[in-house]
Amino acid sequence: MADTPTAGPTLTQGSRSVGSGAGRVTRQAIVILYLSALVVIPVALVFWNAFKDGLAPVVAALTDPVVVHALQLTLIAALWSVVLNAVFGVAVSLLLVRYEFPGKRMLNAFIDLPLSVSPVVVGLSLVIVYNVRDGILGQPLAELGIRVLFSTPGIVLATTFISMPLVVREVVPVLQEQGTDQEQAASSLGASGWVTFWRITMPGIRWGVVYGVVLCFARSIGEFGAVKIVSGNITGRTQTATLAVEQLYQNFNQAQAFTIAAVLAGAAIVIISVVAVLRVRVERNES
Amino acid sequence: MTAVQFDAKDAAPTGGRVLRHTLTRGAGIGLGVVVLWFSVLVLLPLAAVVAVAVNGGWDGFVDTLSNPQTASAIELTVFTSLAVAVLNVLIGTLIAWVLVRERFPGSRLLEVVIDVPFALPTIVAGLVLLALYGPASPIGVNVANTRTAVFLAFAFVTLPFVVRSVQPVLEQLERDAEQAAHSLGASAATTFRRIVLPALIPAIAAGGALSFARGVSEYGSLVLLSGNLAMRTEVTSVRMLTYVENGNLASASVVATVLLAVALVVLVAIDLLQRWLVRRG
Repeated sequence: MADTPTAGPTLTQGSRSVGSGAGRVTRQAIVILYLSALVVIPVALVFWNAFKDGLAPVVAALTDPVVVHALQLTLIAALWSVVLNAVFGVAVSLLLVRYEFPGKRMLNAFIDLPLSVSPVVVGLSLVIVYNVRDGILGQPLAELGIRVLFSTPGIVLATTFISMPLVVREVVPVLQEQGTDQEQAASSLGASGWVTFWRITMPGIRWGVVYGVVLCFARSIGEFGAVKIVSGNITGRTQTATLAVEQLYQNFNQAQAFTIAAVLAGAAIVIISVVAVLRVRVERNES
Repeated sequence: MTAVQFDAKDAAPTGGRVLRHTLTRGAGIGLGVVVLWFSVLVLLPLAAVVAVAVNGGWDGFVDTLSNPQTASAIELTVFTSLAVAVLNVLIGTLIAWVLVRERFPGSRLLEVVIDVPFALPTIVAGLVLLALYGPASPIGVNVANTRTAVFLAFAFVTLPFVVRSVQPVLEQLERDAEQAAHSLGASAATTFRRIVLPALIPAIAAGGALSFARGVSEYGSLVLLSGNLAMRTEVTSVRMLTYVENGNLASASVVATVLLAVALVVLVAIDLLQRWLVRRG
């Protein structure tokens, strides 16, 4: 990280510079206080609430069959979402960076849409299209015996929808930086498109894919609003972990709600810390 | 995670308005599959929401939006989101400044703290705030079921937007002009206002706009925290869900279309801002 203006030898007269003395300490204090009050202390308190009576209640809360089922369902939906979005994300990124085609600008603009749309709107939109009674896609699928809403496929669709752009966002910049020299060299030496992709393109963008997949996973296990609408929230059947947290809290089973919340928060914090460490390490290796 | 990435995708060479393509056969098939998947999953459902809303005609829009409970929910959501966006513009810029220019031992940890609201499931975010500011608060502050709770929840989930859009710009900012201003006798405040701030304005505006859009669409963090009291703490997304639960998909679609429109306007505004910046150099 760059030095502050006061530290440079050429800046001896810069002692009045932005970021010196009392002002600097005040600004740092405001930032620390604000972040502590808004994020650090509340998050720490959730862990405290979950673990203050030792590990036994935590284990009991997590081995409750309803909770086990909810966690399993969350994991299944997140894994589907990660796989679908990884394939889709790499394909879209390659198309956007390596090719020209009519409508490219539109595709580029629309890709970010799922991150900006309210989760409840996502849920409603899937209900309208996939409902069995008059949904454009729900009706024909029902005739084929496939039920989307109030079952796992609906939860997978909602989860995949809301986390769709995350892989694209990570892979596109890496792909742009990588350039096409090596790919062109490979194909001029006779490598097929498939071989070039797996031997040249993929190794170059692997860190982008990894970040994207990890962020997509984190977003997927946390989805709530969209899943609440499409799943019907049937306890023990279509209830995901986040839906279980809501129901437990509302049924005055707050200790258990805090425990599952702590598990989900712990997973999220571990994930972002891992990405942060990886980023620093990869950047250091490259420079 | 969700912050704007300036020029990330737009830097790609584009074919302009000329209808030509460089697709190979395989890439063409890939494009077809990708567009089909995106349409079935995203575009078709969103278009269907708008179609259902429009189907009710102008009267359908007016009826739903003039319902006092709905109007009150939209008003609360918009004003609270605006207030939180202003707060984020101020505190977010300050946080970015401290993280880039005034680092201290342990400030690396703050980098992770900034990302926590993005990573945390929204329902957990609500519970997290309830732990400190709810009925069982260890400091005796209970804002649950009040409008303050709505403000608090929005401030929590939108924390990273301004920070993450200002930070990279601040990191790349050349110090030459600032140093020149110092040596010519400008005060620290003047230097910040005249030299640094103008360079940051576009990033601050983009971050503020994203923060506003996120506030308007927020749902999960409010469910347990705000109590969802009609005419008092009920926000737009909760109101929309009530329509869905009552089987009134037409009115739900009207409210959803309003939410979609806000999201689109913000996306387009940020796109135009980036374009304008690229043209200006």
